[in-house]
Amino acid sequence: MSPHSESPTPAKQLGVFHVNGETHEVAFAPHHTLLEVLREDLGLTGTTHGCELGECGTCTVLVDGTPVLSCLTLALEVAGGADGDPRPIETIEGLADGPNLHPLQDAFADLGASQCGYCSSGFMLTANALLRDDPAPDRAKIRTALAGNICRCTGYVKIFEAVELAAARLRGEARQPARETLYGS
Amino acid sequence: MAAESNGAANQPGTADQGYYRHDTPQQDLRVIGKPLRKVDARTKVTGRTGYADNLSLPRMVYMKLLRSTQAHARIRSIDTSAAAAMPGVVGILLGSELPNQFGILPVSNDEHTLAIDRVRFVGDPVAAVAALDEETAWAACRAIVVDYEPLPVIGSPAEALATPEPRIHDYGDEGNVHKYVNLQFGDVERGFAESDLVRQDVFFFEGNTHLPMEQHACLADYDKDHKVTIHSSTQTPHYLHKALTKVLAMPASNIRVIACPNGGGFGGKSDPFNHEVAACAMSRKIGRPVKCSLTREEVFHCHRGRHPVLMKAKIGVRKDGEIQALDFESHLDGGAFGSYGVASTFYTGALQTVTYQLKNYHFRGARYFTNKAPCGPKRGHGTVQPRFALECLLDKVACDLDLDPAEMRLRHLAKRGELTANFMRIGSMGLGECIEKVVAGSGWKERRGKLPFGRGLGLACSSYLSGAGLPIYWNAMPHSGVQLQLDRSGLVTVFCGSTDIGQGSMSVLAYVVAEVLGLDPMKLRIVTADTDLTPVDLGSYSSRVTLMTGNAAMQAAERAKEIVAAAVAEKLEVPKSNLVFADEHVFDAADPSRRMSFAEAVIAAEAKFGTVGTVGSYKPPRSAARFKGGGVGPSPSYSYTAAVVEIEVDPETGQYTIPKIWVAHDVGRSINAALVMGQIEGSVYMGLGEATMEESAYRDRSHKGKRVFLHNQPSMLDYKSPLAVDMPEVVTYIVEDHDPNGPWGAKEAGQGPLLPIMPAVANAVFDAVGVRIDTNPITPERIFAALQSKAKGGEARFGPSDVPAVAWPEPRVVPPPWEGGDGKEVASDAPAPTRSGGKG
Ligand code: FES
Ligand code: FES
Repeated sequence: MSPHSESPTPAKQLGVFHVNGETHEVAFAPHHTLLEVLREDLGLTGTTHGCELGECGTCTVLVDGTPVLSCLTLALEVAGGADGDPRPIETIEGLADGPNLHPLQDAFADLGASQCGYCSSGFMLTANALLRDDPAPDRAKIRTALAGNICRCTGYVKIFEAVELAAARLRGEARQPARETLYGS
Repeated sequence: MAAESNGAANQPGTADQGYYRHDTPQQDLRVIGKPLRKVDARTKVTGRTGYADNLSLPRMVYMKLLRSTQAHARIRSIDTSAAAAMPGVVGILLGSELPNQFGILPVSNDEHTLAIDRVRFVGDPVAAVAALDEETAWAACRAIVVDYEPLPVIGSPAEALATPEPRIHDYGDEGNVHKYVNLQFGDVERGFAESDLVRQDVFFFEGNTHLPMEQHACLADYDKDHKVTIHSSTQTPHYLHKALTKVLAMPASNIRVIACPNGGGFGGKSDPFNHEVAACAMSRKIGRPVKCSLTREEVFHCHRGRHPVLMKAKIGVRKDGEIQALDFESHLDGGAFGSYGVASTFYTGALQTVTYQLKNYHFRGARYFTNKAPCGPKRGHGTVQPRFALECLLDKVACDLDLDPAEMRLRHLAKRGELTANFMRIGSMGLGECIEKVVAGSGWKERRGKLPFGRGLGLACSSYLSGAGLPIYWNAMPHSGVQLQLDRSGLVTVFCGSTDIGQGSMSVLAYVVAEVLGLDPMKLRIVTADTDLTPVDLGSYSSRVTLMTGNAAMQAAERAKEIVAAAVAEKLEVPKSNLVFADEHVFDAADPSRRMSFAEAVIAAEAKFGTVGTVGSYKPPRSAARFKGGGVGPSPSYSYTAAVVEIEVDPETGQYTIPKIWVAHDVGRSINAALVMGQIEGSVYMGLGEATMEESAYRDRSHKGKRVFLHNQPSMLDYKSPLAVDMPEVVTYIVEDHDPNGPWGAKEAGQGPLLPIMPAVANAVFDAVGVRIDTNPITPERIFAALQSKAKGGEARFGPSDVPAVAWPEPRVVPPPWEGGDGKEVASDAPAPTRSGGKG
């Protein structure tokens, strides 16, 4: 929440949010962001935040399948109401298939691409959008796609390798991590 | 629980006797060394980690801090009447309500929770407001009127020396000098006289900050039983517990600190912070749970990041590069509070001795108070800046002597098992192998000095502690404690005060216990970082956790194994010494069909002995450094790193790219190879950020005749850090020189590999375009300026020219081991204090 916003607590309004395939009716403050609605009104704290100013990518979620910064997206923009249907939102809570992890989640877990884990939801959602668009991106394309997400722990190397591993598995290959990835050269 | 607890019984064997099993062949290990998942990996990748800001409680209110807009001022008055009248405001807290001071070091308890009569930097907290929602809390903060009487702003060490009054604090060595250190090991003048080459250089390392992705947050709840519980994103719950006890003036037993998994720390969450104390005090005052989550800008104000350090280093070497003497001076810009600063000051002089043989060493350090966000410990604490200076200096020496910088270092490595000039004990020492790996991998011999103009290679080395040898406050107790509880279901629960900040400390506990008891680490239950439930671990700082909690866990597990084995031996009628614990079973090595599941074994043990639980603890070996100040630097073991950086510089503009880095790190032994890889790669990344772009600088302007002194980049947009597209290819080598002091020989991995990156970049710039950049970060502007200067016939260099003149106190004189020294200081025969340095 920004210290600079002016008038406190304007009246709430009702809206419908379509998150991970489920529909929720929420009374929310019209100046609140999607990030605030997800975390505070829907209790979906898997979406984290590192700046709330659009600078770090941590809060990334998918809207209509495209990565957006939820801290810069007004909840109003994605809510359904009198003037239209809610736009589909995907968060980390919807990535796994029930108890079965998504290949990106498996790869992040196997390679240690999630150290503190704080940036991980944003990275996995961004990567998921990339892989839907291009099932076999090269390293350069992965770097570019992830350039809006900051990670301070991993040095990105394990994240790149995890995205490549997950991509291969999503293509149906029985890929295992390379020896240098796990043990060094 | 086992009857014995602390004291000598704690260390049933010594490292020398192989107690920590560094000699175990890798093939005998089932868990240790394997690239397993972290025990909390699934929680992390499903977005279920309980970071502090994710928590909430019924009736919870939101607290915000009003922070100073003045760099240095007296507070004449604070008027809270308008704020208190706002609907939704439920509590206001002022500094006068909490007169007790706190701080991480006992020698510098210089912080008030909220300023009482003085503010010392822009961002210093002045008042706290709790309200029903965040917007109201911010609005109420803005409605508080503070009347400030400005005081002269002290913006640099030079100003601190020139402005002894007004003092930022009324303690410290003099005026605005917080601390002077002067330590002499051997006779540097004699060493210089016996040298073939003596050179002196001046270096500057700009400050930078941790920038963890998670902003600090906490949730405090004072309950009806007059107890307070705080969940916080802290790396050091034990020290926060101590600070709360002091400021809240409550018994420690009524305060519970739970460290949540940190969303990154890097040292930035190692101090007790104002917002944590204020949230507890506010909750006590209003009788409701209080949440406080900092904005990113506030995190920049909390800071405790890398000190800006100005350094002068004079070195004397023989023709073959053997170092005869090093005279090192460091000047630390400390910011507005003490924090870890006294330790930081000593650290800028402590580890110059542990990489290469060094006969005579003189270190002087000074830390100054300035009106900036307080500096403190960041990854590599205090050793990063002097390492930059030393490794750049050695590269220059090698050039002067026409030696290969890698060869020169290899020839004079510090020796395993020996004491250094300042009485640090070298344990395992794999630096030679590290250098050989990166030299071979990078094609150093064929390529260095031979690439086309604009391209180059640079090499640097480093070392770091595996935990500080002494605790932050003096005490004789263990540094880490572990309790195990064995349930008849076969479940083993591990209790330990250590804090997972993403480095994987929970997993280390699981791997160690699982290895000893032959279990699956994923099936253990790990309970950590809760002062009500877990034995004390001092915290996640100084790379201490793998070694210290690992050893404590190993001891607790060995004791549990003893108890279980005694019962199983009786039941199976097999000699105890024949029993093997593996694959969740206990069996006879001679006849594996004589076996029990681990759960059955625990049942047998519980039937025979009653409820089964054990404890283990760890305290580092006694240090050989017995002089005052010798408490900083000793460690059970030192990790070693070597790195080669390849660079491509555009000589027209100074712009450069780094396509590839080779790094080799001696970790002693990997507890988990994949996690070690992650720590090395993450350290290289952070070092690269420091080398190329990160700086916490201040803007000093005048506006309408008034001095405006502000943090230059308190946002992630302006404070630049490397993105995915900036990361070069990294080739990593893990070197394992097993150390007798670590669990199965393990040493640290989380900080050491950061250190060589900055000097390796500077050395690579020289190889590429022939100019020396003696100021970090190594920006294109600085390279360009050095190239311009060279083209005009000036110095082929960018960097500071001198350090402030200081009236140093008498040195503490400690004869090195080879002069018969016993680690204690002797009476000084040095002359009266002299002025050194230049104009200032
Ligand atoms: S929290 Fe949204 S970009 Fe940082
Ligand atoms: S894993 Fe910690 S910020 Fe990326």
